[in-house]
Amino acid sequence: MKSDSHLTSDSAIEAHGLGKRFGIRWVLRGVTLTVPKGEAVALLGPNGSGKSTVLRILGTLLRPNAGSATINANDVVRDAATVRSHVGYLAHTPGLYDDLTAKENLEFAADMLGLPLSSVDEILDRVGLTGISATRVRGFSAGMQRRLAIARLIMRRPRVLLLDEPYSNLDEEGVELMNTVIREVVSSGGAALLALHELAPARNILDRTVTLLDGRVPSSEIEEALPENPVLSPI
Amino acid sequence: MAWQHDWRRVRAIARKDLTTELRAKAGFNGVASLAVTILILLGLALGPDAAALRNAAVGAVWLATLFSGVLAFNRSFQVELESGALEPLLLYPGARWTIFAGKLIANFAFVSLMVAIVTVAGIVLFGIAVPARWPSLIAVIALGVIGLVVLGTFYASMASRSRAREVLLPLLLFPMLVPVLLAATTASKALLGADIMHEAGPWIRLLIGFDIVFLIATFIAFEHVIEA
Repeated sequence: MKSDSHLTSDSAIEAHGLGKRFGIRWVLRGVTLTVPKGEAVALLGPNGSGKSTVLRILGTLLRPNAGSATINANDVVRDAATVRSHVGYLAHTPGLYDDLTAKENLEFAADMLGLPLSSVDEILDRVGLTGISATRVRGFSAGMQRRLAIARLIMRRPRVLLLDEPYSNLDEEGVELMNTVIREVVSSGGAALLALHELAPARNILDRTVTLLDGRVPSSEIEEALPENPVLSPI
Repeated sequence: MAWQHDWRRVRAIARKDLTTELRAKAGFNGVASLAVTILILLGLALGPDAAALRNAAVGAVWLATLFSGVLAFNRSFQVELESGALEPLLLYPGARWTIFAGKLIANFAFVSLMVAIVTVAGIVLFGIAVPARWPSLIAVIALGVIGLVVLGTFYASMASRSRAREVLLPLLLFPMLVPVLLAATTASKALLGADIMHEAGPWIRLLIGFDIVFLIATFIAFEHVIEA
């Protein structure tokens, strides 16, 4: 482990030389990045570049084989339990229970988080699922499932958002909902790291982009401020 | 209070698992049907000799429970894996032993119900007379089910990370369950009067010891096996 001397209180997310190996294949080869508090940063890169793996390590779902990472100065390996209480992670898949209703899914989340069940109706209303709260998730469209996953994310009141393709399957209203959630977290001194294929839906909320290629950030120059009207080369 | 929060998590997981099993009826119906089918097949294999059937009845009931129990344990983590729900579950802040405890309670309820069906089917199919000491028999069955469920849930959590979990679980579980199977079968036979060579007492004590040791060990180890 590296020493924590590099830590600054202004950094919400710090990763230094992160390496991850699956079998004999290194998926991450020394990723270093910093997301200060109050910033939303996009992690860009082609399929297989390691974006999801970075998020999963930061979210304590995977242990790195090399390097270190911190969330609000808590090491993601040593202080994993604390990190989990800071982080809101949204994965590719919604991670919902198909045979439970929307409301039951959120009530389960409330139980796991130690929150009052009375908060569930309010959050369902916020994500626009009140009318179908008693419907089993199995019958939901992908977009509705995504909204429910966002509702669960809101319940956690996260200080750091780790979002893996957060806009997938969302309609325009859903995209706005997602962006509102990100804005709220960032403006309250939190931070967000978004793994994206397409930059357009997040254009208005991002501060910077970081590009990941073949498991590493090629050079510090690639970490750049977002232009007013970003033009992206095809991924 | 931390313990109240932990207990709420345990109840939430147990309730969620039982609700999803109840609604996905194919799960329990399939497992219970398999258990009864195994009993019938064993009965057919043993032939029409009534004495031989009665002698083999206890072993047949426990084997049917064991084989169909493996399906139940695999299902308890399959529910989490189907929609990628395991990761959100692991990301909730709080003690992870509560996940194991919740699943243990749900699996105990599930397997107990299955054992009740298998036992009734065994009594009917193998012509067993209900013994006078039936409360002791129920206690032996409960101790056996605890041992089965504790190890089954633990190894299912371990195998859930593997693509070959359906194969891996019985390979890991069956050798470890030999003491439970032996003790439960022998104690049950003694209580039914089918085995005059053995007393139930020492085997019941073995079951209690096994259950206590593995309850403690699995609760300690769960945090590590569920880590990626």
